[in-house]
Amino acid sequence: MDLFEHEARDLFERYGVPVPRGFVAGTPESAREAASKLGGTVVVKAQVKTGGRGKAGGIKLASSPDEAFAAATAILGMDIKGHTVHQVLVTEASEIAEEYYLSFLLDRAGRTFIGMASATGGMEIEEMADSITRMPASAFDAAAVFGPEIAAEINEVASALWKVFVSEDATLVEVNPLARTKDGRIIALDGKVTLDDNASFRHSRPSNAAEGDPLEVRAAEKGLNYVKLDGTVGVIGNGAGLVMSTLDVVALAGAAPANFLDIGGGASAQVMADGLDVILSDPSVRSVFVNVFGGITACDAVANGIVQALGILGDRADKPLVVRLDGNNAAAGHRILDEARHPLITVAHTMDDAAGRAAALAGKES
Amino acid sequence: MAIFLDENSLVIVQGMTGSEGAKHTRRMLAAGTQVVGGVNARKAGTSVDFDDVTLPVFGTVAEAMDATGANVSVLFVPPAFTGDAVIEAIDAEIGLAVVITEGVPVHDTARFWAHAQGRSTRIIGPNCPGIISPGKSNAGIIPADITKPGSIGLVSKSGTLTYQLMHELKDFGFTTCVGIGGDPIVGTTHIDAIEAFEADPETELIVMIGEIGGDAEERAAEFVRDNVTKPVVGYVAGFTAPEGRTMGHAGAIVSGSSGTAEAKKLAMEAVGIRVGKTPSETASLARAVLTG
Repeated sequence: MDLFEHEARDLFERYGVPVPRGFVAGTPESAREAASKLGGTVVVKAQVKTGGRGKAGGIKLASSPDEAFAAATAILGMDIKGHTVHQVLVTEASEIAEEYYLSFLLDRAGRTFIGMASATGGMEIEEMADSITRMPASAFDAAAVFGPEIAAEINEVASALWKVFVSEDATLVEVNPLARTKDGRIIALDGKVTLDDNASFRHSRPSNAAEGDPLEVRAAEKGLNYVKLDGTVGVIGNGAGLVMSTLDVVALAGAAPANFLDIGGGASAQVMADGLDVILSDPSVRSVFVNVFGGITACDAVANGIVQALGILGDRADKPLVVRLDGNNAAAGHRILDEARHPLITVAHTMDDAAGRAAALAGKES
Repeated sequence: MAIFLDENSLVIVQGMTGSEGAKHTRRMLAAGTQVVGGVNARKAGTSVDFDDVTLPVFGTVAEAMDATGANVSVLFVPPAFTGDAVIEAIDAEIGLAVVITEGVPVHDTARFWAHAQGRSTRIIGPNCPGIISPGKSNAGIIPADITKPGSIGLVSKSGTLTYQLMHELKDFGFTTCVGIGGDPIVGTTHIDAIEAFEADPETELIVMIGEIGGDAEERAAEFVRDNVTKPVVGYVAGFTAPEGRTMGHAGAIVSGSSGTAEAKKLAMEAVGIRVGKTPSETASLARAVLTG
């Protein structure tokens, strides 16, 4: 889970990473109030989980509370790369002498954690890849990058940032830019934090359900592993790899997948009904491809699940389904689907054939 | 021959008394695996009845190994306790720890991986279906009845894609199938399995299945270029995955321009690995190599 900048700022503050004073505001009025509490010039920053805010006009300086009001009015509701701005962060402005980069992150290839630092910061990380020094996190020393005086100060910040990383089960903590102000302070002006969802059980964390796609929110409430995509063929399958592969096969058949949905090993009638319900609520879906390889899951149970799910959904089930079952008890599964003679169900015997049929059905309906 | 697991493997199950652990212990036994006991500190000294056999429950991995000679442990331990359970298995110097558990915090995996360095335990997983050497032994949750012993070695990040390929190539059979798991950090990599298949005289063809995220497939391709003489056929899932979204597996995410399926496919093809566009095409490519 990625955090908003203001959530990252709060975490940094809690662990002693120096941050500018600031407040979150959801309305222009509260932005004005924040600016008057802070006094002086403030920065009003769009809170979206994507880069390029500055270029999109999502960051503005304001030298008075009224200017902060105007800036927030302009920024709130803005669309930045498909993300709507619901909140701004209002912070005191800093007079910047230099900008640096500092982060700790998961190194998948090394199967460990690394620290990264650069004496130039404030740009997109891709633009400064050459200037970044990577070190094992356990041997992080800013002296590899900075002169001795600044290095000592940055090592203090790094040690607090490392505490955030470990204590909060993060996979990324990034400060960009880490600034040295004209009056000589080191301060984290912007932060990005990614937390490991697998570690949620040992933390109390903000829920990010509220800001996602409505279908994704509904799927999450039902415990479904669902990602909304842009196409017209709804996809349900078991196992993350098989479902990703199913999306690809649909694309190869000339259609675009409408979603990723992995119903996992169980595949009970209720899970199938929940999954179909979410997919059929997507107005862009024109056909559905159910792709199950029965490993532990028995295909006859899946077939029963599909038939019962259509019963549970009743009139809400109004799009054609192409079903491909293979593996454990596939023959019994096919028999159940044949006997049900449901007008919406087409049975296909290979993934490629099923994808072709689902793509054709999606095309025909348009 | 087989890699990592064979007919002589003596298997214990950490978490055998839980519902998943018990269910899959029964399946492993039915597949002919020599399961010799379970581990649960709170139920030490008890036993669990399966269809034809009663298995003892030990308090620790070390006690189980002393009493049974076990050299493989399969873990069905809840995520919160998996890290400590794997470290216990490493400290007991078990040869192979197969970590089935999904949802292990990556800081815990990094911790037990670091602990395993310089010690004698191979780790497979976490978040994996396990490993099967058909006809010999099955450590994990891979269905044993999909295929038979044969000449293909398979290594995969995905469980169901493993089953799909095993099914499509069931007439050839497999030496060993290794599900390495879909987490960002895994104990056994594509490279480890490919290296072992290259050294295994019975493996004639290697199938590697990858997916978006990280650069394990790219590094495996380099390894194949420099070290592998056997034919390798590959498949990569996730061409249509959007940037920045986790697709089911914790490790399956395209970050910026890195970790894409396209880059992996190109890296694999550049070293002569035949990469299928679909699982079926991948099976056809393997079939062509084995019959050609």
